[in-house]
Amino acid sequence: MAVTVKIPTPLRPLSRGKDSVQVAGATAREALEGLERECPGIRARVCDEKGEMRRFVNLFLNDEEVRHLQGLDTPLKDGDILSIVPAIAGGMEAGLAESRRGRNG
Amino acid sequence: MLILDPEVDRAMREHTESGYPREVCGLLLGLIEFGSNRRRVAASRPAANLNLERAADRYELNPADYLRIEQEARSREMEVVGVYHSHPDHPSRPSETDRLRAEEIWQTSDSWSYLILEVASGRLASRRSWVLRQGVFAEEDVQILPFRR
Repeated sequence: MAVTVKIPTPLRPLSRGKDSVQVAGATAREALEGLERECPGIRARVCDEKGEMRRFVNLFLNDEEVRHLQGLDTPLKDGDILSIVPAIAGGMEAGLAESRRGRNG
Repeated sequence: MLILDPEVDRAMREHTESGYPREVCGLLLGLIEFGSNRRRVAASRPAANLNLERAADRYELNPADYLRIEQEARSREMEVVGVYHSHPDHPSRPSETDRLRAEEIWQTSDSWSYLILEVASGRLASRRSWVLRQGVFAEEDVQILPFRR
């Protein structure tokens, strides 16, 4: 299947600046293998040593997260779009909210 | 350097003040000037904080919102150039939590802009921007200027 993989800003140094790459693959896993051939080093940012999705990365098949489908075994069709989406998060130091609430009563 | 359109500055103030005392977050859309390392922001877009249980001191930007907003950026021939989030009653500098989560994304590459807005007692008190370089946050200047291509 011919699919497009969308590359988010943080990973563009590994795709030579391209925001999308065309790959072939019958499943999401195969598409990532194809992506790795085009952009060496990029798969390690998406998958861990066991070949599973990293905790702080999301992969969308069109508008749905593959975690909610069949994970990396999710089958693909011609024209599908896989989007790599970083998990953006943060916050204040642990316990700060509790101490603020204590002060404010 | 981060250059904010005045309307972006106003919109983020409104979003972070209305979200108080919760942490709120969003993305910055614009253009990057390579060579000069300047990011010019044309628009800000709020995104949902999925960490409802700990919204007082944690944010997790909804990945579906990231996808939608990035698609908007592409359609406008721009890109996501940064993230903003609020620190309710806390200084506008990155915490270790902020740093660890940013490092997870950027590894050893220089990051986009992380704009942090301190909201004290419901009012915007300070706004500072930071860039992660080799795992360490360094502050960058912020200017307010109308966005022009």
